[in-house]
Amino acid sequence: MYRYDEFDSQLVNERVEQFRRQVDRRLAGELSEDQFKPLRLMNGLYLQLHAYMLRINIPYGSLSSHQLRTLAHVARTYDRGYGHFTTRQNIQYNWIQLQQVPDALADLAAAEMHGIQSSGNCIRNVTADQYAGVAADELTDPRIYCEIIRQWSTLHPEFSFLPRKFKIAVTAAPTDRAAVQVHDIGLRMHRNAAGDPGFEVIVGGGQGRTPFIGKIIRDWLAPSDLLSYLEAILRVYNQDGRRDNLYKSRIKILVHQIGAEEFSRRVDAEWQAIRDSALQLPQAEIERIRRYFAGPEFAELADEPDLLRQQADADPQFAAWLKANKADHKMPGYAIANISLKSLNAPPGDMTARQMDAVADLADQYSFGEIRVNHRQNLVLPSVPQRDLNALYQRLAEQQLATANIGHTSDIVACPGLDYCSLANARSIPIAQEIHQRFENMDRLHDIGEVTINISGCMNACGHHHVGNIGILGVDKRGEEYYQFTLGGSSGTDAALGERTGRGFPAAETAPAVERVLRTYLDIRAADERFLDTYRRVGMAPFKEALYGAA
Amino acid sequence: MPKIVIANTLADGFVAFLRTDGTWSRDIVEGALATTDAEAEALLAEATQAAHENRVLDPYLIEVAANAAGNLRPIEYREYIRAFGPSVAIPA
Repeated sequence: MYRYDEFDSQLVNERVEQFRRQVDRRLAGELSEDQFKPLRLMNGLYLQLHAYMLRINIPYGSLSSHQLRTLAHVARTYDRGYGHFTTRQNIQYNWIQLQQVPDALADLAAAEMHGIQSSGNCIRNVTADQYAGVAADELTDPRIYCEIIRQWSTLHPEFSFLPRKFKIAVTAAPTDRAAVQVHDIGLRMHRNAAGDPGFEVIVGGGQGRTPFIGKIIRDWLAPSDLLSYLEAILRVYNQDGRRDNLYKSRIKILVHQIGAEEFSRRVDAEWQAIRDSALQLPQAEIERIRRYFAGPEFAELADEPDLLRQQADADPQFAAWLKANKADHKMPGYAIANISLKSLNAPPGDMTARQMDAVADLADQYSFGEIRVNHRQNLVLPSVPQRDLNALYQRLAEQQLATANIGHTSDIVACPGLDYCSLANARSIPIAQEIHQRFENMDRLHDIGEVTINISGCMNACGHHHVGNIGILGVDKRGEEYYQFTLGGSSGTDAALGERTGRGFPAAETAPAVERVLRTYLDIRAADERFLDTYRRVGMAPFKEALYGAA
Repeated sequence: MPKIVIANTLADGFVAFLRTDGTWSRDIVEGALATTDAEAEALLAEATQAAHENRVLDPYLIEVAANAAGNLRPIEYREYIRAFGPSVAIPA
């Protein structure tokens, strides 16, 4: 993993001490809230419905066990004993006290974490494929480029006051697990005709109230040109992006309004001027960063299909967990183990300090001390020997962390909604829990198979409802919570925006409506079809009928 | 409709209600109740002064009504959640 160098440490520590003095002045009444608000937001501190909320970056979703223990420590010492993992591979604390924030930030800084650029109109945490470095299908470790982008974008003087926030995601695998098509910039590494690795550059994807799938503005970009090209994109956006209307100021609106071709022309014009500048990435620098991500020294192991089959035959619950939560590792004898943070009784993405400590211990014991956070609010132990999977599963089960539902109906992504968020119009978490309850039965869950459900409590779409196979958007209708459905969305390789079904449902009718959609799918699916495949084959009509009755 | 002032206290950020003596309580039942527009205006003026003095953040009036047990409860769901916390169990 990347370790802070002296510049990183100095920067973060100095910022903590600066913020400490700013908090002191605020508490002493020397700064008004209007004066203080931009300062706290620059350190990831929001004010939500119940209290302050602190958002901490987890760069490209990678954590060491030591860092996860630090997150547990912060939850226990400064909050109410839990944290919430978000759809951007970050963590949020919901009950942090202003007077304690500087101490919390100092503890986090000691473990190389901070909330700088986790808010505001700047380049936010760069996200990546959660299987980076261990995926059987990847070309290279995308975190190398995420880290390069992180260093370039950290306190970048030119891009600290963009028209709006800016999110970049990177993948280097043919299967997109990083949702690169719905980010401001998505980078997908692939090989060109000559066999050289480079980036497909996708711009202007996004969700919110005006969702778009991003447009490809360059098929292949040499890694050495990465920063100059990104800088050119950001310059065009910074110059030409709208600033008159909060809802029209993301890059997606600019790309949509002037068209991808014109946008790409402006980027190229800018790029020609800076491409051979100091922004050129020398191969030696790429290799230097690559060494940080060299990965652990894997043992020479053999795949264990017989052992796993035996263990699965002996324990149907373990069999279900293996089927849903295990993914292929690049090394023989190893597996990727997904840890679902979608249990029946906790809000999606929430994790107690005790669970964090337990997972940190399990990471040390079974996965070289490494943990990943994904954009579906789950965790990953990236490198577990296959022969240890059963033991790991047992230990996870003791912590209520062994739900066998990754990619299935109850693996629901949900924003905090009106239970926590001051922007929300409706609650998300209770809807997620009610759907989860209905699909608790494992046989049924696994019979339905792969389906993604995403719930947002307002148009800002933090629950990514536009790209859920089943998307649910909470709205306020004359003081009552209503939930609108979209179908057919995807954030994966086959990214698509969901299509509105029609009128919304009151809260009590929402989970039953999800059930009707899935029953319809079970009735009409062809062999091996996922929900999304069936939807794409038959379209909206049968689902609409299931939801609203025959027309 | 009777009204109460809701805000967040500065140092910890937690939700608080203005008492009749000008101090702030975590508990809505201790909140000063305004039953006329003039009383509501006076309460809000006092709370706005507290915000100017950097004791609380973002004070405003919310409508309340007594429930069957005679306890005051916010009318709007959002304010109800602010007064009583998330509607879902907190992970423990």
